[in-house]
Amino acid sequence: MSQITYREALRIALQESMREDSTIILMGEDVGHYGGAYGVTKGMIEEFGEKRILDTPISEEGIVGTAVGSAMTGLRPVVELMYVDFVMLAMDQLANQAAKIRYMFGGQISVPMVMRAQGGTGRSGAAQHSQSLEAWMMHTPGLLLAIPATVTDAYFLLKHALKLSDPVVFLEHKMLYTLKGEINTSDSLSWGQAAVLRQGSDFTLVTYSRMVHRALDAAEKLAEIGIQAEVIDLRTLYPLDTETINSSVKKTGRALVVTEDCLTAGVSAELSARIMEGSFEFLEEPVLRLAGEDIPIPVSPSMEKEAVPSVDRIFSTAKLLLRK
Amino acid sequence: MDTKTQTMIRMYTQMLRIRTFEERVGELFLKGGTAGSMLHLSIGEESAAVGVGEVMNSGDGFTTHHRGHGIFLARGADPKRMMAEIGGKEDGYCRGKGGSMHIADNDLGHLGANAIVGGGISHVVGAGLTYQYLGKEQVAVAFFGDGAMQQGGLYESMNLAALWKLPVMFVCINNEYGMGTRLDRASASLEFAKRAETFGLNGLEVDGLDVCRVLQDAQELMDGVRNGTPAFLKVDCYRFHGHARKDKSHYREEEEEHKGREKDPIAHLENQLVKNKLVTTEELERIKSQIDNEMDEAMEYALNSSEPETMQRFQDVYAPESPEPLPVDERILQALNDPLS
Repeated sequence: MSQITYREALRIALQESMREDSTIILMGEDVGHYGGAYGVTKGMIEEFGEKRILDTPISEEGIVGTAVGSAMTGLRPVVELMYVDFVMLAMDQLANQAAKIRYMFGGQISVPMVMRAQGGTGRSGAAQHSQSLEAWMMHTPGLLLAIPATVTDAYFLLKHALKLSDPVVFLEHKMLYTLKGEINTSDSLSWGQAAVLRQGSDFTLVTYSRMVHRALDAAEKLAEIGIQAEVIDLRTLYPLDTETINSSVKKTGRALVVTEDCLTAGVSAELSARIMEGSFEFLEEPVLRLAGEDIPIPVSPSMEKEAVPSVDRIFSTAKLLLRK
Repeated sequence: MDTKTQTMIRMYTQMLRIRTFEERVGELFLKGGTAGSMLHLSIGEESAAVGVGEVMNSGDGFTTHHRGHGIFLARGADPKRMMAEIGGKEDGYCRGKGGSMHIADNDLGHLGANAIVGGGISHVVGAGLTYQYLGKEQVAVAFFGDGAMQQGGLYESMNLAALWKLPVMFVCINNEYGMGTRLDRASASLEFAKRAETFGLNGLEVDGLDVCRVLQDAQELMDGVRNGTPAFLKVDCYRFHGHARKDKSHYREEEEEHKGREKDPIAHLENQLVKNKLVTTEELERIKSQIDNEMDEAMEYALNSSEPETMQRFQDVYAPESPEPLPVDERILQALNDPLS
């Protein structure tokens, strides 16, 4: 198969799913004629028409609520939030409504919708266009959460999300859209299964999304000085594959969690707790967390760069963990 | 008996059923049979539920606010299962997970009562989108209070409904109070139908004292809704009791309450029926006693219904295809487990 981008993989997943399932509609700000702020839905309106690709006004609460209502009554909407930062405007619909409807109503009504959004630093988007908010979603029972790092996962996770009966928050990373790769069918893991992307015996590096690539780069550099990292890409945060994490940590005895979202009460806190609960007796060192700083993201490229983990800092933190 | 009289008697019966049901909810609370005290009664507001409910068809979807017992009853709810849900019992509509504020029933088109003011309004826009997309004849109706008139989400919803010409009706049941704050202290302009018209909806305002007038206006708007023009209806009522079960309404004068309670849609219709000799006193007595029995039975049913098995609390967070959340105790045991075992 030829090389395609992460962006194209997402688009192919949407197109194939929409051809198979006529109840799928796509809605959001500028998803139609503009083609999506990051071009994911480019050209789709030509194939599927305005009835299935709905350009919406800038009304995040209304759009997500409309998606919820249509999902409750027989459609399978994909709603795109241009930036995950805008989810605050729709948070009631996501966290109080979509996430709780099945439960509150005793299991009689499903909300099979996918809310796509992109987050993360890298484009000097400053404090309101650069956040990583997955901890909020992860803190809300009732939401499923996919966060792909690779072209293959972008494709397979989105296709799978469009078969599920519950609301899925699908978080893309703005710096991954141009990532190239192949959709590797033999590589596809089950939904909810973490990927061990690199085998290693010295420590376990647990991460997801864009940080997967930084972790792999750091692991290469570490190998040059004789440290072997086992790199795990979580792929989904709910379900969370603690089995893969802990069986690795039990082998290596050391764990470093790397996330772009900020440190305090972040995803890294939960992952660290899971490792402590599952592998306490095997740990030779405390679980280390390398996460985004507890600051809003600054616009200055040099400050922005320092706000989140870099390859160099993963490298140096791993050395500290190994006492080297 | 002509159709008009039949409709009047049906609406009278429905309004009285709602009131009696809610009076029994109050009794159930005193007997300790309700799950908590967050019980919001719509006594005094029955004409809105019944007048609009009358123009809805089977299959039409709707959402309600947290004061929605009446609307659900008007759309065919079984008072027994409702009362059981209010008691947090296994036989309730949501098997004891939703209660008064989150009651729902997919079969009757009830897409849920919502405890976030305005929270369910956009769901009706989504339902309207589904009906339009699938080419169905159904419409969707959002019921909410005057409190939601000051929520932004309502206006996003009105705009979307008008923009996409969705089969949607917005019904504001104005009971004059957002908890303890009177409407004129919450909104500078009280011309709500005008707001809706600005968005491109048909809009009407009606006095909830007369259910026949509510029906008439609802019908006029509904005809438009079924032909692609979404609509807004405001029904002016008075909330006879406090915000919730424990609220004694210290923020309003007795004189005001007294005057407000004179605006009673049930007494008003009963007077009309009797004055015009459309119903005999015996017939009225028969209706009343039938309803009393029905609602007594509902209350008994709730009291006798069993508690849900507590492990059910982990069910329905997700569909069965996803893992259930891990109980806290299991996480603790995991942490303390002998790793070599």
